[in-house]
Amino acid sequence: MKVGLFVTCLVDLVRPNIGFAALKLLEDAGCTVVVPDSQTCCGQPGYNSGARDIAKVLARKVLAEFRDCDYVVAPSGSCSGQMKVHAVEDLFKGEPEEAEFRSLAAKWFELSDFLVNVLKISAVPNAPAAIGALTYHDSCSGLRELGIKSQPRMLLSAAGATIHEMTDCEKCCGFGGTFSIKLGDISTRMAENKCVNIAASGARVLVGGDLGCLLNIEGRLRRNGDMQTKVYHFAEVMAGMTEA
Amino acid sequence: MQVKSMHFKATSSAKLNDAVLQTALKRAKGKFVDGRAAAVAEIDAWEDIRTHAAALRDRVIANLDAYLIEFEQNAVARGAVVHWAETAEQANAIIVKIAQDNAVKIATKSKSMVSEEIALNDAMEAVGIEVVETDLGEYILQLAHEPPSHIVAPAVHKSKEEVADLFVAAHGRPRLTDIPAMTREAREVLRSKFLGADMGISGANFVIAETGTTLTVTNEGNADLVTTVPRIHCVVTGIEKVIPTLEDFATLIRLLPRSATGQSAANYLTLTTGVKAPDELDGPEQMHVVLIDAGRTKLVGSDMKEMLRCIRCGACMNHCPVYQNVGGHAYGWVYPGPMGSVLTPTYVGIENAGDLPNAATFCGECEVVCPVKIPLPDLMRKWRERQFDQALRPFGERFSISVWNAFATRPALYAFSTRIAARVASWWGGKDQRITWLPGLDGWTDGRDMPAPAGKTFRDLYAARRKR
Repeated sequence: MKVGLFVTCLVDLVRPNIGFAALKLLEDAGCTVVVPDSQTCCGQPGYNSGARDIAKVLARKVLAEFRDCDYVVAPSGSCSGQMKVHAVEDLFKGEPEEAEFRSLAAKWFELSDFLVNVLKISAVPNAPAAIGALTYHDSCSGLRELGIKSQPRMLLSAAGATIHEMTDCEKCCGFGGTFSIKLGDISTRMAENKCVNIAASGARVLVGGDLGCLLNIEGRLRRNGDMQTKVYHFAEVMAGMTEA
Repeated sequence: MQVKSMHFKATSSAKLNDAVLQTALKRAKGKFVDGRAAAVAEIDAWEDIRTHAAALRDRVIANLDAYLIEFEQNAVARGAVVHWAETAEQANAIIVKIAQDNAVKIATKSKSMVSEEIALNDAMEAVGIEVVETDLGEYILQLAHEPPSHIVAPAVHKSKEEVADLFVAAHGRPRLTDIPAMTREAREVLRSKFLGADMGISGANFVIAETGTTLTVTNEGNADLVTTVPRIHCVVTGIEKVIPTLEDFATLIRLLPRSATGQSAANYLTLTTGVKAPDELDGPEQMHVVLIDAGRTKLVGSDMKEMLRCIRCGACMNHCPVYQNVGGHAYGWVYPGPMGSVLTPTYVGIENAGDLPNAATFCGECEVVCPVKIPLPDLMRKWRERQFDQALRPFGERFSISVWNAFATRPALYAFSTRIAARVASWWGGKDQRITWLPGLDGWTDGRDMPAPAGKTFRDLYAARRKR
């Protein structure tokens, strides 16, 4: 099974460890993973800024890069939503390329969803011995566009994690891509609300599936002087790669 | 209502630090969000009803002219007069003329957001007619000289103490802070207005084509008094509110109060059909229905036509994380939250409301809770597309996106520049790997650190690993 890894631009630039963790999880599960070298961005920043044509150019680029893969997996619900939902339901809907993008969408999966619903894994092989207590933030695109909710929790629990659900775990953290810069005060307040709920959960580890949200929340935690609460991507925790 | 939407960014930042407002918003969030969830859970077929209602509203909007004419014929047959207003000014002129022709001195009003759109009270008061809001929230705001901040709970931003002060100033009675007692006081004051009014003005949640009925949903029963006691009843509403049959109303009313306030049923449904018949005891001698366009026909057949499905429940704002933190006044016009971020640019011009379509993280909660399945994030994105195409956003924003595109479509250039960026940013982050200030990204770094990049891109690390 040839699986293309869509690294995502944020992981590539900011926290490559998440990409290697995703790679390990897929390879440990028996996948042959390819990482197209020319990949950059799914086009979502342009798309949500109203630059529709730019988003289409980048979507076509992604399509070409992953055409010969059996599956495409991304450690992000947000980029996955862009390709699985927005590319077919909006950008190329009713256009000649729609069928091609539909087939890309059909083989594209967010990482935890792929492990659970395609590979049918109930416990990740080589999972770390003791994950411990954590709280999970549901990222909006993954949750509402792709139905990512039980998948990461199931795998984390199977590996011995205790999940302390925080109040409003499904509430947006305030990242929203360029929103976090355009309307920084509101974005910061939303991140602050998230920090309060994380603290109240009692867990000292926050896990999520989208690096954008994690950077936003971690950035607020650190600005508040909280250096203790750990912030990890789901892939890093499952692959036992939190110490990179 | 005066448009202040162009000040969204500054106003919203100020609202984040308004302690009274923040307390009120937290209280409201619990009530509306949890209440809706419980009320929706009562109905097994909720999703089916939503789907049906969305299709019903689409059918109406696609045949708006036919249903409106059917409504007019049936309303006229019951003795009502139907007026058509293309603009707010025309609507106000029609209503003022009705009042003046009938020597109206006092008009009572039940809640109408359309009347806020057209600033009806100002037009009436300008010719010396006293207008009295009778919805308790609207009454409070009339005393405070403030616009509503929410379409269902207009005074949701006010504290009990603020209301107590307003009542003392307006009523000249001892200050009360017990809510039932305060409500009783307002009822006593309003009673004489209800009985003394020459004209009652109501909005309409729906108008029914098959019967010529206009319909108002309230919890206070004030619309009953407004529509039946005065000799003239004037309905002011938007042309998109028409629905074909009373049966269709039965469908929509299963959605509306549950979505709006978490109630299984609203306390009062006020249906008004025509004037008082010779053998009837109650009802107005004249009934006027003013149907207003004011921008709505621009949406018919457009790529934002789904917005006309809206039944004004307010669920989108109640669940919106932006609204929950800044409240309704920040949006600067009649309609706050996601529905306002689509409607306000349509009705008052995108040049006056440019931040509103951008005041969303596209978290998608609004679309999930909308009882008529309006794809609100998609519609806000369409506004952003128009802003991008027409160069209506700040130069820096457009420039950044174009630069991003120029790099992202050239893999070699992208790989090179991200290699540099990762190193520079990692160095910039210093020993503890936190970036506390970044030129051009102060929107982020004013309130948050930016965790610094690891220093090498995944691409480079992966290539090195492959070589080994």
